Amino acid sequence: MGSVAVGAPVHGAAVEPFAQPAPADPEDPAAPGDPLAEEPVADRTEVYRAVQASAAFKQIRRSYRTFVFPITGAFLAWYLLFVAAQAGAPDLMRRTVAGPLNVAWLLGLLQFATTFLLTWLYARNSRTKRDRAALGLRWDTQDQLR
Amino acid sequence: MTTVMLSVPTDAAKAAVRTVVSTATPPPVAPTGDHHSLAIALFAVVVLVTLGVTLWVGRQGNAAEDFFAGGRDFTPLQNGFALSGDYLSAASFLGVAGLIALYGYDGVLYSIGFLVAWLVVLMLVAELVRNAGRYTLADVLALRLRRRKVRAAAGGASVVVTLLYLVAQMVGAGSLVALLLGTGSPHARTWTIIAVGALMIVYVTIGGMRATTWIQIIKAFLLTGGSVLLTVLLVVRFHGDLGELMRQAAQHSGAGHRYLEPGLKYGGSITSRLDFVSLGLGLVLGTAGLPHILSRFYTVPTARAARRSTMWAIGLVGSFYLMAIVLGLGATALIGSAEVRHANSAGNTAVPLLALTLGGGNGSTGGVVLFALISAIAFATILAVVAGLTLASSAAFAHDIWAGAWRARPVREQAKGGRGRRRRGETVPASRSGEESTSEVSEQQEVVVARIAAAGIGATAIVISLFAQHLNVAFLVGLAFAVAASSNLPVLLFSLFWSRFTARGAVWAVYGGLIPAIVLVFFSPVVSGSAEALFPGLDFHWFPLENPGIVSIPLGFLAGWIGTVTSSEPADPDRFAELEVRALTGAGAA
Repeated sequence: MGSVAVGAPVHGAAVEPFAQPAPADPEDPAAPGDPLAEEPVADRTEVYRAVQASAAFKQIRRSYRTFVFPITGAFLAWYLLFVAAQAGAPDLMRRTVAGPLNVAWLLGLLQFATTFLLTWLYARNSRTKRDRAALGLRWDTQDQLR
Repeated sequence: MTTVMLSVPTDAAKAAVRTVVSTATPPPVAPTGDHHSLAIALFAVVVLVTLGVTLWVGRQGNAAEDFFAGGRDFTPLQNGFALSGDYLSAASFLGVAGLIALYGYDGVLYSIGFLVAWLVVLMLVAELVRNAGRYTLADVLALRLRRRKVRAAAGGASVVVTLLYLVAQMVGAGSLVALLLGTGSPHARTWTIIAVGALMIVYVTIGGMRATTWIQIIKAFLLTGGSVLLTVLLVVRFHGDLGELMRQAAQHSGAGHRYLEPGLKYGGSITSRLDFVSLGLGLVLGTAGLPHILSRFYTVPTARAARRSTMWAIGLVGSFYLMAIVLGLGATALIGSAEVRHANSAGNTAVPLLALTLGGGNGSTGGVVLFALISAIAFATILAVVAGLTLASSAAFAHDIWAGAWRARPVREQAKGGRGRRRRGETVPASRSGEESTSEVSEQQEVVVARIAAAGIGATAIVISLFAQHLNVAFLVGLAFAVAASSNLPVLLFSLFWSRFTARGAVWAVYGGLIPAIVLVFFSPVVSGSAEALFPGLDFHWFPLENPGIVSIPLGFLAGWIGTVTSSEPADPDRFAELEVRALTGAGAA
């Protein structure tokens, strides 16, 4: 990977912020001197637009979003329900389950368990569904940008 | 006897455990002086080792990549340890166990938010941020919203978050070290704050990210090792019977069965319950917006490595909190809540006192050694966390505010020249190569500025902490998380996932979360109007909750949305295409 990091300074530099010439915003006039303006910027943009529109990329994005968005919603809801239950259903939380364990402790320990479980599920999903395709697309995109 | 965890023990086992516990040494209320000299010696070792590491790795490279991102060549395991090191402050190590010792289940409840938060980091943030940015959170926004004011806003919010957190840590360090060294003298506190501040400035200015990362790794290793050691000793003492541990804890808590039920700390009224929901929301959503956590993802080479380091961090943080629960219960079972509270009203000495007891009690060699060891680990924890915060803060200042917003401000003649050349029928607002010709100079300058900023921010934090050392600033940690959740997280998520998000929306999201969070806390009971307030003598509060998250987080998201839909200029689809492709595939990643 080291060679990739070294080989990518041009793209890396693009992260730098620039005041863009936007007529809608008088506060931010054109960027400072631009000696490399001859570089085919439009080509880069076209490459990214083309990759974004490609079926391979859409598949990666769909796979990522259909896993991550529902799961995030679910674990946030599960945590907030758990917290709200302390306020809303204190009697339920006090109910004994086994020995000194009550419902509150059980749910609390389940929070730990689901966190570990979801971590593992996410990693497995990324590894099996996306990693290979994303890496392939990365090299493709970088080749086109070169 | 190898009873399964939490299983119901036989009567014989119960009797055996009771015998053990009843013969335990009486709780040490006021530790005698002899174990403090060993603690001081170990503190000195911690300082020497961390300084040695700083000097040694500080020579390995001087480029911006080294200073801000540690050369990007750490392994996921190393970075996982460093992430947990950055995250687990002394407030976690001593504070959470102390809360559990005093309030039982409510302390457990508090710790859970800190762990669940990592799922947000893992799934929504870590890999995308690694792919799209270089050194800071604002890099990700700048990739698609190339406006100086966006960068200034995001950089400013990062500085605010880290400074709030830093002052809380340093004031805590002052009282904690004084407590561990057994001196209540105000001089000890003052000099501790100054020494901790000076050390963190040295670590950051000389060693940058590389040294800071190694210090985090050492600290996380010590912290995990110390926790495992105490947990094993404690569990052996209870013959592996955690049910009996819970029963004993409830018995010695002074609250009976209520100790194991919700409500001892956060259940007084509807307001305090709502306050806890607000705190929980801030904890869960704030972690993914903490600048010193986000900048850690740049120290590994790829997004996959960022994912794997997050997984290590989740494993370490989760195991740590599980051990903290056991240790908190153990402190109550063996020492008793009353004695823990007597030693320190916030419970911060619960774990060191437990170490003293487990080692054989006050005066015994084992007790002295364990107490000193745990104190030294707490000290290392303080040093590592403040160093990480100072580094993140100086990076936000140098890379975002100084280089990104201030230095990149338009210079009239250059602006004309640049615009003239680019105007050839070009509709793409392209200025992405503007700094390439000078980027090396400015990157070196950025590092210089960051080093100066680290010294400046460190000095500022020392001064504020000295003024605040007798005030109750415990709320600052919660506030830092709330600000991160209300301003940094909305702007980050909108940028990554919403194609129509505009620069105006970004600026609005940052300020629309930051300002309400701080204003609400200013008019809350933690600043005035209660006995534990920052200014106990005054009362100008009107906001009932201590934690602003439940109001300010929705406001941050709402402001970002309103700012975007009322924007006069539409979002640039080209920029979003670039961000999206780079974030999800890693193309062109730094």
